[in-house]
Amino acid sequence: MIVAADTVAVDWYLALGALLFTVGAVGLLIRRNPLVMFMCVELMLNAVNLTFVSLARELGDVGGQVVVFFVLVVAAAEVVVGLGIIVSILRRRPGATADDMSLLRG
Amino acid sequence: MEAAVFAVCAVIVLSGALGVVLSRNPVHSALSLVGTLFGVAVLFIVQDANFLAAVQVIVYAGAIVVLFLFVIMLLGVDRTDDIETEPLVAQRPLAILAGIALGGGLIAVLVGSTITGVRGSGATLKADTPDVEQIGRLLFTSYLFPFEITSVLLVIAVVGAVLLARARPGDQIDEEEPVAELRAEPAPLDEEEEVDA
Repeated sequence: MIVAADTVAVDWYLALGALLFTVGAVGLLIRRNPLVMFMCVELMLNAVNLTFVSLARELGDVGGQVVVFFVLVVAAAEVVVGLGIIVSILRRRPGATADDMSLLRG
Repeated sequence: MEAAVFAVCAVIVLSGALGVVLSRNPVHSALSLVGTLFGVAVLFIVQDANFLAAVQVIVYAGAIVVLFLFVIMLLGVDRTDDIETEPLVAQRPLAILAGIALGGGLIAVLVGSTITGVRGSGATLKADTPDVEQIGRLLFTSYLFPFEITSVLLVIAVVGAVLLARARPGDQIDEEEPVAELRAEPAPLDEEEEVDA
């Protein structure tokens, strides 16, 4: 590992990614509003992206950055479909929480 | 220099993440999410991933969070959550315990291991070439097939969103009825099935 005077070791980035992922996972478990749960998934995706970019720099590999690009695309598609599902559920049953959605049907 | 930027961004990222989880109002959660996303974007810039930082701001902060806010506003679910009520017994303590285990496990793995330096792709990150060029070159050579598949994924997502958002007969809320009353009492599950049939 190259430790220049003004760089931060990759471990700190990975630790930040781990903490961000943990916060997202705990939020997903304790919140019941489907929209907030969705935002927590975004937090976890961002933690993974940060990890990928950090390791891409550490290892000098462009592949890590390309994977982040794919993660962004998948996240966009996921948000579109997920919010569509949430809209169609909440339109029929306003104020529904994750506990109310035990059946896989509208 | 980088240490200072990292410290500030780490604080912004983590406080934003905690804001998402702990805010009672979904709008506040969405705005905290913007803070986290910007912090991560700055960390990308610090690590010489300029293209990804731009995409992060445009796609995440520009599109995804705005989409979240649109849904919050359109559905009128920006009321405060009752964060205290616990539907499942001891769910919250168990969740926090699981979080501590997860975070502790990840940090322990981090502390106890070393990065081997095995690369996934053959492309080496060059400091003198723009990162857009490097990403583009790899994307259209080694990752061409996944790239094409992503376009299919996006088409599927668009079609799915249109299908989901289409107004079906019978699932509209009665427009005469004030929304506040509907919001106060979510329809129970049992009545729902009769409406469908």
